[in-house]
Amino acid sequence: MSNINVQRRRFLKTSVGLAAVAIAPGMLLFEVAHGKSEAVSNKVRWGMLINTASCVEGCNDCVAACNKENGLAGGLNSGGLSPTDSQWIRKVELKDMRGGRTLSLPMMCQHCAHPPCVDVCPTGASFKRADGIVLVDRHRCIGCRYCMMACPYKARSFVHEPLHDQNPDVPRGKGTVESCTMCVHRVDRGQQPACAEACPNKAILFGNLNDPDSEIAIKIRTVASVQVRADLGLNTGVRYQGL
Amino acid sequence: MKTILLILLLAAAPSWAAGSIVPKLDIGKGGQCVKDPQWMRKNHMHLLTQQRDETVRKGIRDETYSLKNCIECHASLRDNSVIGRDDSFCQGCHNYEAVSIDCFECHSSKRKSAWVQSK
Repeated sequence: MSNINVQRRRFLKTSVGLAAVAIAPGMLLFEVAHGKSEAVSNKVRWGMLINTASCVEGCNDCVAACNKENGLAGGLNSGGLSPTDSQWIRKVELKDMRGGRTLSLPMMCQHCAHPPCVDVCPTGASFKRADGIVLVDRHRCIGCRYCMMACPYKARSFVHEPLHDQNPDVPRGKGTVESCTMCVHRVDRGQQPACAEACPNKAILFGNLNDPDSEIAIKIRTVASVQVRADLGLNTGVRYQGL
Repeated sequence: MKTILLILLLAAAPSWAAGSIVPKLDIGKGGQCVKDPQWMRKNHMHLLTQQRDETVRKGIRDETYSLKNCIECHASLRDNSVIGRDDSFCQGCHNYEAVSIDCFECHSSKRKSAWVQSK
């Protein structure tokens, strides 16, 4: 009798285990195919670490990838329509006038933990998602551009012209302010932002700052990195190494 | 008197009940919708408004009620769009009801697959 019970128990254990193994990947696939039905949580904080030593002067791949992914025209120099075309990421060249050392780095929305653009927004359109990504809710934006004034990084752009043929994943429209979304539509699918993926030298490291075992958190613990205008105490999500 | 009224009613019925100028829509792939069509005609805007706030602000990307999912099924098979023609899925009805659609000033009216191909 007891022998049967033991066998029965063993059988139940293995079958439950097998069922879990069989169902788990299906659930994952289902989630990928049908989108997440859970809200993002503040257990995650998305961030970037940019290694200025790997960023090559004259290389514009991250900017081009951003423009392509988000459907930005790129300004007159990139064959765009107008000098007022949006800029979500741009390359900045720095030169130390005494020593002559030159640096090149990409500059975009720094996804602050205490974003000034959110403080000044009169309609609540500018907001920070629970996972640290700072966004504009274009349904609420009235185009007043206070946030553009408040941002110390000049990260935001105003859409001056009517737009057509937007990426179905990236709605954009005239009369609203916009900026780097850290490719939120890709991140929610489990992908990297377009700029990080496009960088030929892997100068942009994207990851979860809150997870102590993530590559980005380990690197921030072990190498010297700075926040741009750290004196403002905004606690930016984007950090620079070798600045 | 009652019979006359009844006859009058019956005679008058077709002119308003048959709806002679109801818009004929190109429903694209169509198929089973998330709710029955009559309910959707009346309430789709509430679903979309609810879903848009959940998606933008909380990152909930459940596709059942997403605008992108609507377009995926209902964009015309001819031009892959829900607007642009008098019988387009969104525009047809909105013209008939004289309600403007603001969605597509920012959102793409095309299927993602068609948009990718056009790039």
